[in-house]
Amino acid sequence: MTSSHGRGLHLAAAVDQRSAYDAGSYVELARLAESGGLDFVTLDDTFARPGPDALAVLSRVAPVTNRIGLVPTVTVTHTEPFHVQAAVATLDWVSRGRAGWRIDVSTTEGEARLFGRRHAAPADALWQEAGEVAEVAAELWDSWEDDAEIRDAATGRFVDRDKLHHVDFQGSEFSVKGPSIVPRPPQGHPVRVVDATEGQARRTAARYADVALVRAASSAQAGAVRAELRASAEKFGRDPDTLRVLVSLVVDLGDGEHAAEPGHGGGGPRQTAHGPLYRGGPVDLAELIAAWHGDRTVDGFHLTPVEPRRDLERLVNGTVALLQHRGLFRTFYPGSTLREHLGLARPANRYAVTGGAP
Amino acid sequence: MTVRPRTSRKEIHLAAHFPGVNSTTVWADPRSRSQIAFSSFEHLARTAERGLFDFFFLAEGLRLREHKGRIHDLDVVGRPESLTLLNALAAVTERIGLAATVNATFNEPYELARRLATLDHLSGGRAAWNVVTSSDAFTGENFRRGGYLDRADRYTRAAEFVAVARELWDSWTPDGLSRPFAHRDQHFDIAGEFTVPRSPQGHPVVIQAGDSGEGREFAARAADVIFTRHGTLEDGRAFYADVKARLAKYGRSADDLKIMPGVTVVLGDTAAEAQERAAEIRRQQVSPQNAILAVEQIWGTDLSSYDPDGPFPDFDPEPDPSLTQGRTRRGDSVATAEKWRALSRQKGLSIRQTVIEASGRQSFIGTPEAVAAELETFVRQDAADGFVLVPHLTPGGLDEFVDRVVPLLQERGAFRTEYRGATLRSHLGLTEPGGKG
Repeated sequence: MTSSHGRGLHLAAAVDQRSAYDAGSYVELARLAESGGLDFVTLDDTFARPGPDALAVLSRVAPVTNRIGLVPTVTVTHTEPFHVQAAVATLDWVSRGRAGWRIDVSTTEGEARLFGRRHAAPADALWQEAGEVAEVAAELWDSWEDDAEIRDAATGRFVDRDKLHHVDFQGSEFSVKGPSIVPRPPQGHPVRVVDATEGQARRTAARYADVALVRAASSAQAGAVRAELRASAEKFGRDPDTLRVLVSLVVDLGDGEHAAEPGHGGGGPRQTAHGPLYRGGPVDLAELIAAWHGDRTVDGFHLTPVEPRRDLERLVNGTVALLQHRGLFRTFYPGSTLREHLGLARPANRYAVTGGAP
Repeated sequence: MTVRPRTSRKEIHLAAHFPGVNSTTVWADPRSRSQIAFSSFEHLARTAERGLFDFFFLAEGLRLREHKGRIHDLDVVGRPESLTLLNALAAVTERIGLAATVNATFNEPYELARRLATLDHLSGGRAAWNVVTSSDAFTGENFRRGGYLDRADRYTRAAEFVAVARELWDSWTPDGLSRPFAHRDQHFDIAGEFTVPRSPQGHPVVIQAGDSGEGREFAARAADVIFTRHGTLEDGRAFYADVKARLAKYGRSADDLKIMPGVTVVLGDTAAEAQERAAEIRRQQVSPQNAILAVEQIWGTDLSSYDPDGPFPDFDPEPDPSLTQGRTRRGDSVATAEKWRALSRQKGLSIRQTVIEASGRQSFIGTPEAVAAELETFVRQDAADGFVLVPHLTPGGLDEFVDRVVPLLQERGAFRTEYRGATLRSHLGLTEPGGKG
């Protein structure tokens, strides 16, 4: 993909809807996003409000889409790390390499009562545990080497068991023996997404996330958070270029072609209780995206439409079309996996013997 | 409960088991394809739907099996997570039921009930849950709670788990109002609101697969389908009578619980050809290495120096339960060893030949006409309400049955010629659960 400043712009959209439990409406929104060449769609999930299991919905969407990345929220506070990683790996198999996982925690006593296993805990402690879940998931995805399946009729062996590994993970709250029940998924590691807005969540994102979501009401603010995340990632021993930082905006494109609200011209987002809200037209939103990306303060945007169907349609046919026209956004998918869309390499397997170590 | 007239002719119910981590699946056959690619699952599920099967079935294992402290490598290893896979299959099928095996020990009711209700919504009423239990610390090492559960508590937890799941499924009114729930008993103390409205089936179908007295009682009280291993006509009739007789005390009728043994089918143009193919499949299933392994599992010791084409050990087994982990054990090893050695002596069979002969599942082997007739006989003589077919090849293992046997069953009037309803409950002839309006 080419762009005026030599690095890709990444766009994602939320397909959350109120009170929708049928497959059809989600399929329609995901296909619409795919027609705009978006990197991925997200679907949020929580035990605290009505809504279907998000990973299930995006698995249902997978066979009837071709290229778009599928990123459900899966919470890790009351769930089993072993089941969560197996489900995410399976989403990667059924979508042929398009799975992501937005990691989240459950902080309320109400959610704790649904399970009756532990009490509510402070967010910082839960995000620390979430980091451990992100870590053990990656270890379990690596617990099968890519070429573990050998089907060697002469010796009667289906797998080479030297290429399957116990992970023996000891966390502060849980332990997992391994290996996974699911062979290593197509992407090696499905893409891990973390909302890096708050305290410990930001540290967990810097350490484990492939995509960090941040909330910012100005390009400068976004740039500051991005710089902090990249510096922090480097401290954890990561190459900061393996981290994509996307600004999360709630978008309301209901006001026609251009921003109508006084003091809101040029499409600058406004801080609200639900995070920065952009209210205006699709053209101005394209201007904002182009401008911030041109400032090199963001790698892209994660957009949550206020009115899913209306705003996503305007986003794709207005904002995205304009960005494509200006050569700032892909017009087709050159790759087939979500990692390829994001320009992230398929990770090496930590257990594989590379031979001739320096 | 509504009372339905018993039709003069029982209709056969059919389900398709995906070939996977078991000793039936032949992975070395050149026609065998991926055990993990979605295309394999899609092929088998669509074939079963073309054959108008009631449901497609996935097994589960939560820890890779180990033998002598190492991962068991002779059978298929690895599989997808069932519910995620079935949600994807819902996109490429329209009517067939989608059944996931999910462990009641290593899950929590709120989350699992929600995942099952979601599958039921996304598939338009086709979800089923095969409830299994386990208590081994070996599997527990992959989970937060470890292997804490006493063996005796497995079924009490499973029964309470199913009861809680149904409370949650009933917690929304049919017209979409959420009502709070609270449950407090021996195993679970939970309260709050369920996040998913009542699903198309009300309650996803519940399947049970245990054979013990406790398992039968649990099925009679709580299950819609029982998946058994009683494959012979005589065994089947005894089991069928026993389980159906247990229903009345729970206020249920004989039609409320379908009995479906797991069976294999081998077809040929002649009876002799079918027998020959069946023998070849058994040889593929029991490789020399697998034969030694089977004997080690009984004897409880390393027998790797034994020749699979030679005689059995002349010493008696010393059972070592830690030798093989993550695999269901059946019966008493000393008795099994004696049975196998007797068979070997009587017929002059080697270790491998004996294992081949002794360890097969009930098979229906013959021409399509003969197999269709025999399947119908089993159902008409109350040895079964239907069958879970366990093919040996991925993903083409059902093709021939659907092409050649299903039309004959239909001609005999023993099997549906179209799906009459949209939900799995309707395929199985189960009533809608009443719910608490």
